[in-house]
Amino acid sequence: MTFALALHIALAGMMLGLAAWTIAARETFAAVVGFVVYGLFLALVWVRLDAVDVALAEAAIGGGLNGVLLLGAAARLRATETPADAERPRAGLRLLAALLSATVAAALAAAVLQLPEPAPTLAPAAAANAAATGLANPVTNVLMGFRAMDTMLEKVVLLLAVVGVWSLAPDHFWGGRPGARHEADPQGTLAFLARVLTPFGIVVGIYLAWTGASHPGGAFQGATILAAMWLLIMMAGLADAPPTNARRLRLMLIAGPGVFLLVGLGGLAFGEAFLAYPAAYAKPLILAIEAAMVLTLAITLALLVAGPPERGAAP
Amino acid sequence: MSIASVFALCAAAAVGLGLYGLLVSPQPLRKILAFNLLGSGVFVLFGVVARRGAAAGFASDPVPQALVITGIVVAFSATALAVALLLRLFQASGSATLAAHSSARAGRDPTGT
Amino acid sequence: MQDPAPALEAVTAGAFLLVLAIVIPVAGALAAFAAGGRWVERIALTTLPLGLAIAGAIAIALWRAGAPIVYLLGAWAPPLGVALRADGLSALMMAITAVVICGVGVFACADFRIPAGATEARAPFAFWILLLAIWAALNMVFVAGDLFTLYVALELLTFAAVPLVSLDGRAETLQAALRYLIFALLGSAFYLVGSALLYGAYGTLDIVLLSHQLRAQPATLVAAALMTVGLLAKTALFPLHLWLPPAHAGAPAACSAVLSALVVKGSFFIVVRLWFDAMPGLPGSAAAQLLAALGAAAIVLGSIVALRQDRLKLLVAYSTLAQIGYLFLMFPLAFDPATARLAGGGALAGGLLQAISHATAKAAMFMSTGLIYAALGHDRISGLAGVARALPLSVLAFALGGVALIGLPASGAYLAKSLLLQAAGDSGQWWWAVVIQAGGMFTASYWLLVLVHALARGDASTALRARVSRLQEAAALALALCSLLLGLFPWDAYLAIPAGAASNPLTLEALSSVLWPIAGGAVLATLLGRSGLPPARVRVENFFVAVISSVRRGALVLSGTIERLDGALRQWPVAGISLLVIAILLGAAMQAAQSLD
Repeated sequence: MTFALALHIALAGMMLGLAAWTIAARETFAAVVGFVVYGLFLALVWVRLDAVDVALAEAAIGGGLNGVLLLGAAARLRATETPADAERPRAGLRLLAALLSATVAAALAAAVLQLPEPAPTLAPAAAANAAATGLANPVTNVLMGFRAMDTMLEKVVLLLAVVGVWSLAPDHFWGGRPGARHEADPQGTLAFLARVLTPFGIVVGIYLAWTGASHPGGAFQGATILAAMWLLIMMAGLADAPPTNARRLRLMLIAGPGVFLLVGLGGLAFGEAFLAYPAAYAKPLILAIEAAMVLTLAITLALLVAGPPERGAAP
Repeated sequence: MSIASVFALCAAAAVGLGLYGLLVSPQPLRKILAFNLLGSGVFVLFGVVARRGAAAGFASDPVPQALVITGIVVAFSATALAVALLLRLFQASGSATLAAHSSARAGRDPTGT
Repeated sequence: MQDPAPALEAVTAGAFLLVLAIVIPVAGALAAFAAGGRWVERIALTTLPLGLAIAGAIAIALWRAGAPIVYLLGAWAPPLGVALRADGLSALMMAITAVVICGVGVFACADFRIPAGATEARAPFAFWILLLAIWAALNMVFVAGDLFTLYVALELLTFAAVPLVSLDGRAETLQAALRYLIFALLGSAFYLVGSALLYGAYGTLDIVLLSHQLRAQPATLVAAALMTVGLLAKTALFPLHLWLPPAHAGAPAACSAVLSALVVKGSFFIVVRLWFDAMPGLPGSAAAQLLAALGAAAIVLGSIVALRQDRLKLLVAYSTLAQIGYLFLMFPLAFDPATARLAGGGALAGGLLQAISHATAKAAMFMSTGLIYAALGHDRISGLAGVARALPLSVLAFALGGVALIGLPASGAYLAKSLLLQAAGDSGQWWWAVVIQAGGMFTASYWLLVLVHALARGDASTALRARVSRLQEAAALALALCSLLLGLFPWDAYLAIPAGAASNPLTLEALSSVLWPIAGGAVLATLLGRSGLPPARVRVENFFVAVISSVRRGALVLSGTIERLDGALRQWPVAGISLLVIAILLGAAMQAAQSLD
């Protein structure tokens, strides 16, 4: 057993320990904290699996934004802990559930370990066709080129999630601002952090999105950082959440899928097929779509964390 | 045993733990947490598949990586919708549970558990 | 099937229509979102006829081409790219989706009005955008040729359907929506893990390519079992139905119509694609019998619990449960023992026809139920007396929808039933023929229960609380008539219907075939219905009354037990455990079928 392998086994063991803590912890808040740490370790796992784009996405979205969402919810739901505990299923059902889950996990492990060698892969095909989009990052090639339809549909899924979250608002607050008005001590740490960190965060976010064309990174990862910066500003009270009936906000929310759709239809009308890029303009078009996507994604992700409107639109 | 196999076993275990939590935890927020755990296990399985597919100068097959990034974003938006529903349910009924009897007030038919 | 990597030249002339079928609803949703206010409804209502026209154009193009339509997205061929494929099944499902959504759209105009003086309102804004998104998602499900694209489409469908459940903002519907969402997410996670295994084993997620390369390996078997169970959870097949009754009964009428008629058919369609197109040789006979056994249990349990309901909306929701069970009876009937594969033939046609007829009929039934609720202020079955005189069109829509489901000749369900019965007879599986006939009786039982109460003469207290819009009644009636006349459509252009199966539906023999289910249904309703049939005005001998009441007492105990069983099964831990048990059983059944070869 090499040192590297031992290290990986230790990493996997630590992760499983955290996963078990997430399930078994008595208090939900503690479980969520454990889950956030799990997410960060997961990003390390992705790096070891040589998937750096995914590691960035997992750290940003899976660990970061998800963590914020769940921590906020756990804090607000503290009062429901004890009544819910009374509903725990009987020990017999729990044992049965544990046995069955273990069986499924074992079947899954057996299936993965018995996958055929040599593994079938689309990497050669992806490499051979990389010239069509002119981008050097193969994952971005797949996201924006070969499987652009999935990415476009996923933008629509995000918009639908926003509509769904907004639909949960009480009728009289429709069109209002999400979340409570945050007031932080202007001389305090949170406001200081928001002021100092945000410019750096914006630069890093835009850089990550821009460099995704040729290095690990991309629109999702960069947009998440931008969303996080905006959330930080809102939480520190430096800016208020926008009213959800603002025309500009709504236009920016459809900019990403809208531009994607228009470029795709352009391909349908003038090019080879829907979502096909003409060889000469492939890179500029993709970058234009990505710019619109970053804008939309940043706002969408932040609004999803902010939640449904809880106050009126007036400031 | 290779690195990919270690993480494959880890992922399968994460799936099992997530399933158990999803089935057994009474609080909906714990169920959502367990779903995220389950999802992360599924994504790591994709990652193992990608790692095994290293070829043509790539250290990892890019197609499954793209699928995982899409999946992470979709899972996040699912969590956001679920949390929003849960918080609104808590606001509307004062309790956060999926069992019907606690939200059924007098005169309403029990519609589920 | 078709060639593995169809060249771009093989794309038929009308293939871009497949893209439009998805793009138009998406563009409508985006435009409506940005425009806001009263424009949301206008944009939605403009999109409806456009989408309907495209669905019709695809059906015509397919008929003219005679072969499946293929479109390569981005001009990338599978396995690297994603292809859209439309065959007869896709075209039919897209057409019926368009029809039902147009009907629901017309119906919903009156329910989702922006109050005067407000620029925008929550429920109308959310409803129209979610409706368009459901349409786009369903069209994607019907034509996508790649398993991961199907996953994204499924998620879009779920995200659009869940907020519809809680659209009225009450605590129970919020809870029902949350339960639906979490259970559906569990299903998608299973589906995704199966896709990961399939990619790991074959390096592609394209359905046609997979069908050529698929062999029985541990990875494939585990993937097939997990994906199927995940989709069953989203389709609410027994015993994974815990989320459906409260969700479909609690949603507003137009939303229930879309949820019951269309949304559950999406995941069902993917099961069909998986079993018939991607892996026809894999499941084997035992797994197919297991699916149909679950379906049979769904029919029995759903119908009996429906009979015990006091609220009309819950009765219709449990009826959906039973009808979903019907859809899965076709799997063992389509199994060809000679080749050990699932063959698309009469049984597949029957199952799809059943799905299509149920879509229109159930939409009509939920719409009429919504109208009755709005007019009376309640939907208690025992309080329905006199509503037939007050709302004749609504009750007629309910009646026609129900009788179309039972299988009146010239309805789609009649043709579906005869196809399934023929397949059962040909393959010697007489027990499924029994289940199919019993299913007809069960459907008739709760239909009769409602109708008898509705037709009873009411007293003066059946005053209508609100006037009902004629347009809404017309929409419900139109869909009901559609379901009644579906049998007359030229199905053999799209489905592989054996010659001679579509016999003349207007013969006396055919018409009398609907009498048996109704007679059986009357018996079942009398014995098992909690509300019971209203007392007959005929003097009957005391002896008969005593016999009937004692039998009824026993039957009520039985149905009460079944209702309690349903309650136990719909507890979350139990449902979750059933999910895993079914996954393991399916996997074992598939493994057994492979080792027998």
